[in-house]
Parts: sequence; C-alpha cells; structure tokens
Amino acid sequence: MSSEKSGVAHLGAKRSGRKKASVTRIMRGTEFPLRAAPTPRGQAPLPVNVGANYDTDWARRFPARVARRVARDTVVHTMVRYYAQPTVKGVDRLSELEGPAVFAANHQSHADTAVIVTSMPEPWRNRLIVGAAADYFFGNRVTSAISALFVGAIPIERTALNRRTIDKAVTLLRNGWSLVIYPEGGRSRDGWGQQFRPGAAFLAKQAGVPVVPVHIRGTFDILRKGRAWPRRSRSVINFGRPLSFDEGENNRRFTKRLQAAVEGLADETATGNWFAARRRLHSADSPGLEGPTASAWRRRWALTEPTPPGGASGESTVTKRRWPYV
Amino acid sequence: MTARKGLVLDVDRTTPPILFHHGEGLRLEKLPVGSRVVYPNEPLDPLRDPERAIAEALANPLGDREPLAAYMQPGMKLTIAFDDISLPLPPMIAPDIRGRIIEQVLDIAASAGVDDVELIAALALHRRMTEAELRHAVGDRVYDAFAPHGQLYNFDAEDPDALTHLGTTEAGEEVVISTRAVESDLLVYVNINLVSMDGGHKSVATGLSPYTALRHHHNVHTMRHSTSFMDPEHSELHTRNWRQGRLLAEAGVKVFQIETTLNNDTFPSQYGFLQRREWEMTPRDRMMLMGTKTALDLMSRRQARRIFHGIRAPYGLTSVQAGEVEAVHRQTLENVYRQHLVRVEGQTDVLTMGLPYLCPYNVNSIMNPILVACLGLGYFFNLYRGKPLVRPGGMVIMTHPTPWEFHPVHHPSYIDFFEEVLADTTDPEVIEQRYEKRYAEDEWYRHLYRTSYAYHGVHPFYMWYWCAHALEHLGGVIIVGGDKAAIQRMGFRSASTLNDALEMATDVVGRDPSITHIHNPPMLMADVV
Repeated sequence: MSSEKSGVAHLGAKRSGRKKASVTRIMRGTEFPLRAAPTPRGQAPLPVNVGANYDTDWARRFPARVARRVARDTVVHTMVRYYAQPTVKGVDRLSELEGPAVFAANHQSHADTAVIVTSMPEPWRNRLIVGAAADYFFGNRVTSAISALFVGAIPIERTALNRRTIDKAVTLLRNGWSLVIYPEGGRSRDGWGQQFRPGAAFLAKQAGVPVVPVHIRGTFDILRKGRAWPRRSRSVINFGRPLSFDEGENNRRFTKRLQAAVEGLADETATGNWFAARRRLHSADSPGLEGPTASAWRRRWALTEPTPPGGASGESTVTKRRWPYV
Repeated sequence: MTARKGLVLDVDRTTPPILFHHGEGLRLEKLPVGSRVVYPNEPLDPLRDPERAIAEALANPLGDREPLAAYMQPGMKLTIAFDDISLPLPPMIAPDIRGRIIEQVLDIAASAGVDDVELIAALALHRRMTEAELRHAVGDRVYDAFAPHGQLYNFDAEDPDALTHLGTTEAGEEVVISTRAVESDLLVYVNINLVSMDGGHKSVATGLSPYTALRHHHNVHTMRHSTSFMDPEHSELHTRNWRQGRLLAEAGVKVFQIETTLNNDTFPSQYGFLQRREWEMTPRDRMMLMGTKTALDLMSRRQARRIFHGIRAPYGLTSVQAGEVEAVHRQTLENVYRQHLVRVEGQTDVLTMGLPYLCPYNVNSIMNPILVACLGLGYFFNLYRGKPLVRPGGMVIMTHPTPWEFHPVHHPSYIDFFEEVLADTTDPEVIEQRYEKRYAEDEWYRHLYRTSYAYHGVHPFYMWYWCAHALEHLGGVIIVGGDKAAIQRMGFRSASTLNDALEMATDVVGRDPSITHIHNPPMLMADVV
C-alpha cells in the first residue's frame, strides 16, 4: 500500500514538474540581450524615438528606395488595380512642372496614398515622400518603419507646429523630393471633406516649390475611417494645374485658393464638364468639399443623391451618387 | 541634445547582464545584487565649426603668448611637434584633429613667408609611426609637402647628434630634448588631450626627450607617488615634468602649445552598443551585440583583431586652446574633466573592469600580457581623482584573454622582459635596479627602435612601473578568461569565470565584499568622494 502511494506520489510529482512549452514561457525565460533590459529604478527612460522624432533618412537611401519601388510596382500596384481601379486624369497639366512640388490632395481613405503613389507620373513618382500623421503612422517603431519604408512617409505633426518636422520636409523639398500631403489633416469622417489647413502652403512657400492640387474620388468606400478591411470601389484621381504663390500672397489666402482648386477638380470629375466646372470655379460657385451644415444623416443623405449623366467617368453606374461625393 | 551625466547604478535583481570588454571579444556578466556599475558621461556636444575654433584659438592665445601670426617671420625656424600614434584611442575618423590644426599653423607660416619648417612626431620612446599612420595624423597634403624632403619625421631619442642637454632642474632631473626644437625660433606643439594625464609640460618634456631625461619621472618611485597620474595636482610624474618644462622655458625654448579635447564618442554607429547603457539598447543594438559577440567568439583572434583595429572613432572636438603651456593646460584640464569625471561615493572592496582590445601602445598591434597589466593597473586603476576607487588591500578583477602573444616587430624587448625579467621577479623596484639599465642601453633594441618599428628597449619597464601604484595599493589581481601561464608569470591569479574570481577575491577582502564595476570605455574618470 505504501509503495503504491509512493508510486502515485512520484507520478504526481513528475506531472507537476513537467512544464508545458509555450511561447510566453520561452519569452519569459529569455534574458538580455535577447530581450530588452528593464529601465533600472530611479533612471529616466530614454525618450522614444518615434512620432515626430522618428528619423526616416534610412528610408531614402538606395536599398530602401529600391525596396519601395519594387513593392509599389508589384504588390501595391496589383492591390490598387484590384480594389480601386483608378482612372487617372489631368496628368497633362503637369507637363510644364519642373522640379519638386507639393501634391495636396483631399483625404478620404487609407487607400488614397496607394492610389496617388501608383498614379503619380514620372519624374515625381520615384522621388516622392508622403506626409503622414506623426501620432498615427509613427506611433511605434514597427508602424514607423513600415510607413517610412513602403510608403516613403515622413512624420508631420497635425496638432502642433513642430520645427523639426517642418525643417525636414522643407529640406527634402529643396533637395528635389516631392511631397504628398493632405491639407485636411486627416481622413474624412463621413465622406465629406474638411477645411484645408495651411500646412501645405507653408511648406511650399518655405521650400519655394509649387503646389499641385489633386482630387481623389471614390476611395471612401474602399478603406474609410473605421474600416479594417478594404472593399472594391472605382476611383478617379485628377491632377490640377500647379499653383504658385502670387506676389504678397499669404499662406491663408493661398490655402483658400488651393482648396478652391481641389473643389474645382471635384466638380470637374463629378460633372464630367471641365468648362462648366471652370466657370463655376471662377465665379466662386463651385460646390464646396465640406458638404451641407446639417445633421449627420442629412450630410450622409446628400452624398447618396444620384450622379448626373456623364459625371464621374469610369465610376460604377450601379451606385449613382451625385457630386460632391468626394 | 544635452549630454547626460554618467551615473552609478546599484545592481538589483532586475539589472541585466553587464557588457564587459574582453580584449578582442565581449562578455555579458551578471553582477551580484548590491554591486555598483559606474557609467561614463554621454559624449559632450562637439564644437559646430572646428576650423573656426582652431583659428580663434590661434588668434587669441592664452597666457603671455602673442597671436601665432605675430611670431611668424621670414627666415625663422619653425618646428611643429605633434602627438604620436598613441593618441587618440581608437584612432579618429579622418580628418584627424592634428592635421586640421597643423594645416592652419602652416597656412599662417606660409602667409608670413616662413621657409624653414620641420614637423616631428613626438614619440619619445614609442615605436616610429609608419607612413600610413603619419598620413592619417597630419593629412595627405601636409605629408606630401614635407615628408619627401625629410621635413616630416619621427623623433629619434637615440640620435646623439639630434639631442641637446639643456641643464638640470633643482631636483636633479636632466633636461634633454630635440636639438631642432631647441634651435627653433618657435616650437608649436599640437596635442590631443584624450585623458587628463596628457598635455601640459609633459608634451615637450616627454615627447621630444630621450631615456636620459625620461628616467627621472618614468620610474617606480614617481609612479608610486603619483596618486594618481591622471590627476596632475597629485601626480609626482607631472611635478617632475613641470620642473623640466619650466627649465625648458628658462633656457629659451619658446613653446606655443595647442591642446585639444575630444568628447567620448568612441565607437562608430555599427558598434554604438558598446557605448550604450544596457537598458537603453535598441533592438538593433541588441542584435548587433549578439551578432558581434557570436561572430567574435567564432573567429580567430587574428581576424577579430583586424576588425577591432579597423575601428575609427567619431570623436568630436569639444575645445581647442592655444598659447602658453600652463595657461593652456589649466583650461584643457577643465574640459577633460567636464567629459570624464563621474562622481562616485566611497571606495570598494573589489573593482571589476572589462579590458578592451586597445591601449596606447598596441595600435595596429598585439596587446601582449604586459600591456594588459598596464591598461588595467596603470590606466584604468589610475582613472580616479581624490582616492582610488578600490580600497587599500582591495582586489581588482579584470577580464581579458591575456594571450601569451607578442608583436615581434613592435615589442621585441617586451618578449625578453616577459621571458627573462618577470620570470625572475615581478617586484617593480627590483626590476628597476636589476634590469632597467641593461635593457635601456642594449644596442640591438636601440637599433630596432631607430631603424625598425620597435618600442624602445626600456619601454616594457615603464609599462610595469605604470602598474607600481596599483600593485602597492592592492591586495591582489585576478584576470578572468585569460591565459593561465601568462597571468601567473605576472604574479596575478587567473579565473575562468567572474563568479569564480569573486569567490577567490573573498579570500583577500572577506565575505560579502562591496563590488564596483567601471563601464569603460567610453572613457570615464571616477571622482571618488
């Protein structure tokens, strides 16, 4: 009896002594330098080099540029073709543009950047950086590295003026890099646009480069705010004529002119009538990007009105939506 | 960003293994709870415009010196002496600061129409510098302009025709220096003050002096009374050098001293983990650490040495001052201390140190056992101000492979010193009395020093004397992970692991000793209070 008991006890001990292998246990068992060492008590941790402080220089060196180009021309291009099926318009307006420029676009979706970088004509296509929200895309090391490498993103503060990010962007523009920036400061919440902020104008003025207004239509349904997985939807990207600062023009006035130019492009895309859109633009009669000042459902309702005949060329005829579906 | 001050970390259970240098390798050592780790100050911000700083220093000298341009006259004799290969460590990324300064000095000389210019590598009894080393130090432009005409050369401390005896100090120290320096209307000395020992009167009085002058301060008595030789105010070495330097000035040698200080940005970015605090290492640093350590463990010592000796330090210039020797050096010292001093409270029973692959005397060479001892017990032990970091009778534990290996061209007398002298005795005083003169005057060593690239015959003695203060102060020395026979030859004890060494140390310092580790390099100097 006693021997039986001891045998059982022995088995029990054996069972309890055997530990199940698990990733967590292995990770807990690892030590520095396999894992980071904890900051000792009383020592202030180093400021994390992410957000606006993230250094993206490495992503503009040759190997990273090659990697980005390969990714853009293969994976990103294929995905954009599948999900966004973009129609590119207005490239001819860039024929006289020389050197770097700021490409200022309305912002509906995460798909916007992919559509822009795959639709961007040469020579700006291969020396292109994208202003990305420092707090969102550069929140940690992994997203920072992915954004910098595959998007060519540089961090831009959207809530405060940051001398470092401004200097960086201006230096890059002066060094021949073109910048894609979304003057609205973030993606649309409901499909309507937002008022442009003067950041794009400020950078262009500092660097002495023109601003190209860009309008993108149709990407809201692909990867709108709050959506984790993309859906297919036809899109149109329309490049406008480059704008330069007039004598004595300040950033605020230029930003208004820029927003009006994007609204004119939106009108043109929606109605399919360039001349009518130009007339409305010159008479300050273009429908705004920002939509009606009304309750949420009415703003949404306004987006779903039928598209007039001939508008939004290439767009699906199944979901007929009237401009300003932006 | 302002450089953060160094710190003394109290080791607790969460403290990671600490990175120890181990010659051409690395170790990660878990220190007992309660130990202390002294980390160096972060590199000071370098001067933004070194060229302008140099120009301003030359135009606004300290002490009773005129601006450099005021001394330059057609027909004058100008000699520029500069520190040799032993500084800085590791050699700095080109352009070397010596070259930058020398170019500006020569520019001023050229504009004044000075024709008679000679440049001397002030190497005292060190080995001669090779062409590549000279080119790195002074730059190709200077080398190509002077070396082909014999106007840029290594100092020869054994050339009787090129030395002048200037007299004897009140304490009986002979003053002998380069004849060219004596005969020059102006001697410009270009320093790199990597540590507080460097510079001042030590530059000329040592760098351009032969054995007959050096023996008055490079001896056991002086080293034992230099507490430490890194603290000039309490250094007999400096007191004697200063007496010699003042006699030089009285004899009419006009020295225009240019001293520079560097920050301790010691390793290039790929080896940045070597100067990072363990808990601040980025994933890249940790990857590099693991990869480098594994690779070094796998490769031969020869391959590892080649890699390490290829390192060029991205040092930044933190100050440059020129003028009269003592006035310049006072300011230089402040700047050196600003970078190196870390306040440490109280002494320790056991001091641990990870010795790197490099000391001043094995640049592009092999770190033989005598140099291991010199680096640990000479340099690292003496990097204190106030009192030694380890208490009297305490223990020093060093990690280094300490191979029984010598560079036959650079260190021929070291081989005989190790085989003959240390086999007989390790007592510095006995060694000094019994063997020094013979080695110093040996014709073969003299020949190799003058015509090959050998350190002077007496040089290994000086390395041993460098340890004299530590050997007298300590209760014992243990080297971890080294060649047992080589370690025993030097009278030290060997241990396989740090834990074994700590256990062995308790025989001397008792149970539960206090332990302090100095995380050096990058360079730090303990300000022990």
